[in-house]
Amino acid sequence: MLQLSGVTKSYGGRRALDGVSFDVRPGRLTGFVGGNGAGKTTTMRIVLGVLAKDSGTVTLDGAEVTASDRRRFGYMPEERGLYPKMKVLEHIVYLARLHGFSKTDATTRARALLERLGLGERMGDNVETLSLGNQQRAQIAAALVHDPEVLILDEPFSGLDPLAVDVVAGVLQERAAAGAAVLFSSHQLDVVERLCDDLVIIAGGTIRAAGAREALRAEHSRRRFELVSASDAGWLRSEPGVEVLDFDGGYAVFDADSDETAQRVLRRAVAQGDVASFAPQHPSLAQIFKEVIQ
Amino acid sequence: MSTAHRSAGQATGLGAPQAIWLVAEREIASKLRSKAFVISTAILLLGALALVIWGGFQAANQSGTPVAVTADAQQYVEGLPGLEVTDVADKAAAEALVEDGTVDAAVVGDSSSPMGFTVVADDSAPTQLLLSLAQLPPVELLNPDGSEAAALGYIAAIGFGIVFLLAASLFGGTIAQSVVEEKQTRVVELLISAIPVRSLLAGKVIGNTILAMGQILVLASIAIIGLTVTDQTALLQGLGAPIAWFAIFFLFGFILLASLFAAAASMVSRQEDIGSTTMPITMLIMAPYFLVIFFNDNPLVLTIMSYVPFSAPVGMPMRIFLGQAQWWEPLLSLVILVATCVAAILVAARIYQNSLLRMGGRVKLTEALAG
Repeated sequence: MLQLSGVTKSYGGRRALDGVSFDVRPGRLTGFVGGNGAGKTTTMRIVLGVLAKDSGTVTLDGAEVTASDRRRFGYMPEERGLYPKMKVLEHIVYLARLHGFSKTDATTRARALLERLGLGERMGDNVETLSLGNQQRAQIAAALVHDPEVLILDEPFSGLDPLAVDVVAGVLQERAAAGAAVLFSSHQLDVVERLCDDLVIIAGGTIRAAGAREALRAEHSRRRFELVSASDAGWLRSEPGVEVLDFDGGYAVFDADSDETAQRVLRRAVAQGDVASFAPQHPSLAQIFKEVIQ
Repeated sequence: MSTAHRSAGQATGLGAPQAIWLVAEREIASKLRSKAFVISTAILLLGALALVIWGGFQAANQSGTPVAVTADAQQYVEGLPGLEVTDVADKAAAEALVEDGTVDAAVVGDSSSPMGFTVVADDSAPTQLLLSLAQLPPVELLNPDGSEAAALGYIAAIGFGIVFLLAASLFGGTIAQSVVEEKQTRVVELLISAIPVRSLLAGKVIGNTILAMGQILVLASIAIIGLTVTDQTALLQGLGAPIAWFAIFFLFGFILLASLFAAAASMVSRQEDIGSTTMPITMLIMAPYFLVIFFNDNPLVLTIMSYVPFSAPVGMPMRIFLGQAQWWEPLLSLVILVATCVAAILVAARIYQNSLLRMGGRVKLTEALAG
């Protein structure tokens, strides 16, 4: 498990990270969300050792991450970039070799991965001749080619069309299933919501929320329920302890002040007429995000 | 993650030497694939070849000015070098040969001339011949200044100066561009997440040094083989040792400059801005060239040049060529150069490391050094 603990970083007088602590567990996809300038890229760079931290620790399975550990990390920087005049296959092979693979192994891996990412036909072309989306795929190949056990991806989905998002998401899930710890940042909250098992929310250089996605949702749900019944639910408005948020004939969304209130409402609804649905409403990631960054 | 899984990776640990070599290899391969580089190298080598061959023709031409000589003038041309003598019966026959261009000039006996002979030529007398025939009194110099050596020295000075200037600025510029390219395309972040920054810097410096030395060695071979084939061995004998020393000094001098170029280039983020930080280093390269051209006959300036690390690759071979250096002097100068080289690499690595990820404006030198 990759653990950050109390990581702090300042640029000049400005504190970019302040006591950042969270875990990235193996076998799971961890989504890392935050606004622009919240500290995502700085955090990722520190994990990769590309940037030095002022204080705090980054550990892998309990031991401080060393340079040789990092060779088994895969990284996709926020600022994309490959050598424009290198051929795609050659480039990925070169990076795999920098990570310690023999030329033969590197070539086998690079070929298989590029095929998988749909770049099979473009392996012999210079990187600069690829479309932006394809360059993005090549960049993902660069992060994955050495079969990293920790994957740090800064905005891996930006600039991809929906089909490519699915391909890349599939590859990441595969890696996680194979036991890798995957941390990825994204502004596309719906994608994060769909993919991630764990969630880390950062704002202003501090971690505002971290943990399993479902746990976070439960934690941030405010006993909000949705009721769909055959009869008019207008009576809800006069029920004590209930605040109606949305109402339309037999449909209502309301907050209850306690579980007892909710149960009482359910019993009364059943007594009034047929109930098609009565369910707690978990907040969406976007809602949690807005809530915690305030 | 379990220990078992962590040890299951197929990748073997990559030592610093392998990482450095991988970077150097890529640096060389990408350069050899660049059309601009291949064409400019071809032009340089063809130029050197043409120069040597032209020199050979010049030397060959000097040995044969065709001259017609009458029997009564035979005594005056005997033993003169650079003449191709055709014997003729009389003045009329000689004039006929000059007329039809078989010979450049004729030397005929003439009792009315104070020298005993006359030179007959078509429209102008060949200078070469006149100089050979001129009877000069023997000269004894009490304080010889070695003017012949000075002329050769000037040529050697220009040679060393130009080769150093060209190779250092060409490959120094190359390494600067390649550093900025990595920064501008942001690929550098991927690279330094895989290997240490110092390995990256070392690989780039070594790759370009190999290219530069390769070019120098091919140039030197062309010069040496060309001079031998065209029979200009006299020039070779005096130049052998200085050329060998030049190669050794060039190696370290280039590593020194290449590290500084890499560091300076890492402080900017766009190709257009390279000039702003590499300018001082470009000056350091130009200086020895101009100094050696203006002061190649000034022992004091040459001595200083031969010990200052940036000009030693030009200064010391010059002094060896002129025979001014004691046997230990090149060794001492080399020690100073190597020490400076090591110091420069350490400083350069620091600047490089601190500047690589700072995109946007130019990084201030104080910031780059402080980190």
